[in-house]
Amino acid sequence: MASLTGVRVERPASAVRRAAPSGGRPGVAWAVPGLLFFAVFALVPMAGVVYLSLSHWDGLSSPQFIGLRNWTRFFGDGQVVQATVITGVLMLGNIAVQAPISILLGVWSAGYQRNRAVLSAVFFLPLLLSTAATAVMWRQLLDPNFGLPAKISWLFGGNANVLGSQEGSIAALVAVTSWQFIPFHTLLYQGAARTIPKSLYEAAEIDGAGRVRAFFSITLPQLRNTMVTSTTFMVVGGLTAFDIVLLLTNGGPGTDTTTLPFQMYQTAFMTYDFGYASAIATFLLLLATGASLLLVKLTGYQRMTGTLEGM
Amino acid sequence: MNSMSRRQVLATIGGGAALMATAAACKSSGSSAAAGGSSTGDVSFWTLVDPTNTVQQAEVTAFNASGPGKVTLSTIATAGYLDKIRTAMGSSAMPGLFFSWGGGSLGDYVKAGKLVELDPALKTHFLASPLQAGIVDGKFVGVPCRGTQPVFVFYNKKLFTAAGVQPPTTWSELTALVKTFKAKGITPFALAGSGTSSWTELMWVEYLVDRVAGPGLFQKLAAGDWSQWKDPAVLQAAEMITELISSGAFGDKFGSVNYGAGGTSTLVATGRAAMQLMGSWDYATLAGIDPAFAANDLGYVAFPSVEGGKGDIANVVGNPTNYISMTTAAARTTAADFLKSTYSDAYVQGLVKMGEIPVTTTAQQALSAASDPAYANFQFDLVSKAPAFTQSWDQALGSTLATPMLTAIQKLFNGQSSPQQFVSAVLAIQS
Repeated sequence: MASLTGVRVERPASAVRRAAPSGGRPGVAWAVPGLLFFAVFALVPMAGVVYLSLSHWDGLSSPQFIGLRNWTRFFGDGQVVQATVITGVLMLGNIAVQAPISILLGVWSAGYQRNRAVLSAVFFLPLLLSTAATAVMWRQLLDPNFGLPAKISWLFGGNANVLGSQEGSIAALVAVTSWQFIPFHTLLYQGAARTIPKSLYEAAEIDGAGRVRAFFSITLPQLRNTMVTSTTFMVVGGLTAFDIVLLLTNGGPGTDTTTLPFQMYQTAFMTYDFGYASAIATFLLLLATGASLLLVKLTGYQRMTGTLEGM
Repeated sequence: MNSMSRRQVLATIGGGAALMATAAACKSSGSSAAAGGSSTGDVSFWTLVDPTNTVQQAEVTAFNASGPGKVTLSTIATAGYLDKIRTAMGSSAMPGLFFSWGGGSLGDYVKAGKLVELDPALKTHFLASPLQAGIVDGKFVGVPCRGTQPVFVFYNKKLFTAAGVQPPTTWSELTALVKTFKAKGITPFALAGSGTSSWTELMWVEYLVDRVAGPGLFQKLAAGDWSQWKDPAVLQAAEMITELISSGAFGDKFGSVNYGAGGTSTLVATGRAAMQLMGSWDYATLAGIDPAFAANDLGYVAFPSVEGGKGDIANVVGNPTNYISMTTAAARTTAADFLKSTYSDAYVQGLVKMGEIPVTTTAQQALSAASDPAYANFQFDLVSKAPAFTQSWDQALGSTLATPMLTAIQKLFNGQSSPQQFVSAVLAIQS
């Protein structure tokens, strides 16, 4: 690495410039379609949302600029605080449930035995269903008179009033989201686990390490980058999860499961206050960007260090 | 490149040019229709996907065969229908005619000048009370186009016979029935209280406020006087609801129950609940669950009166009907001519066959062809004799006000708010 850089520095600048296009690295022009796409479909709408957050707009007439009025309302809105807390609780709940299960399932399904292949295919099924179908199905399954709580009441406790209480609704949202997305994260871990060289395990076996020790000392460290990827998906997905809330609990009981994205939807498309909804959207955008940047920073993911160094 | 593929390329380019030309042609014809000044032309008509679409399409086909102007029917799924209309109304894709629930759902469009006032002569073909929700801010902008859907009490006749009781006509009879059925281990009223079903809880508030204060209170409220929520009748209605809940009228887990098959309607049909306050469409739901139950054991009765209350027991709450409105994008003459089909004999008979109760003055004769004429006539009598037909509040107020109101109602039913807190919560919606 060091010697390579040395060579480059010694070369005359003109040579570098001439060599660059003919070398392996593509020119800036290659990035134009991607950048254009990103600008049109991401940056422009984002700028639009920020502008709308400074205006009053009912969706019919043209937006009126009102300065920071939406934002002063935003910072005094108790509902926003509650929604932020609920969004956070749901996100953490989802990570706490999904991460361990999908790591274990992923590592298990990385084995090439036929029964594992068949079962992996079965586990994968929930991911193929649309969230709308999933939510409607679970709403029926959670009916206190005719659904699961009526049949296995010991599991649901009390009077089986699952969606009628805050704890019950949050638990139901976490359970259904996990049920749907664990297959996706399992797939990530399965792929990653299969790239771990067998020689590591063979060496561990020679050194006398058991399966548990091998899992904690080889498998988990080798899955580090995948964990960051998977957790980032969960964090961003958790911050923007909306469809399941709309269809399973509709933000209820009362406002007990009203998350930020749901509040944004209600404000925009139920009460037609697009300006205030854009303020919530801007806040969500900052929150999600901040969270993923933080995650990347904390885990050292941006250095993209391989897990196979020295192999 | 060989000659074969070159020809293909040329053909593709040629085809593309033709497509672009067509697109351009469509665009120009579209924009001339959007100008709306032209009296005859093509009109796009947006409606909701439902079983009556075939009847509607038959009218469209007949209309298109008769004259130069053509109507194109687009059916849109219920979920997101209002959003889609709203988005289109602000854009160049605005339909010429569209289906709605009337009342507050049209208020913003009237204010924004998007709707065309309709010919008052149309009114003579319809019953008086369902016409009201088509008149917004004093402008006649919605013509009735579907059946009426009053709300009333459905009950399981078998359970009432077994208990030796009669359906309630007064509030004290109702509370006595709650005790009777609770003692037998039957939920007195099936109620859907889950987050997605707060509109079913709203029905109780609507009827209690009507029975206690009369229809005038909500009329003033819908006309913009939000301080009407301070009326003691609202607090009284909320207190009656909390008393009803604590007496076990809805069971102890209604907060997780949804409306419909597999939910409240199945509870009534299977005898696990004695009654349900619901809109007339519940008949079809019940018939879907158990046709024999709907035919033999289903009873229905008006919402009881409240002792000392000002509201007439004959007053009705619910969906008066649905409406078609004309926008400024429509070719006026074509659209106005088409609206006359809403009271044609073929359309009325078609609606009756689909189980609807049309609100035209000619509807009653057609009702004998209904699958259950007794049920059809019960509804028609209820609506035609009603001194006042209060439109469902969520539709009358429009979703801007209705969304936070429904949340407040849900909190009241779930015990998260006291009656006083409920009143302050709704008052705070528009301060």
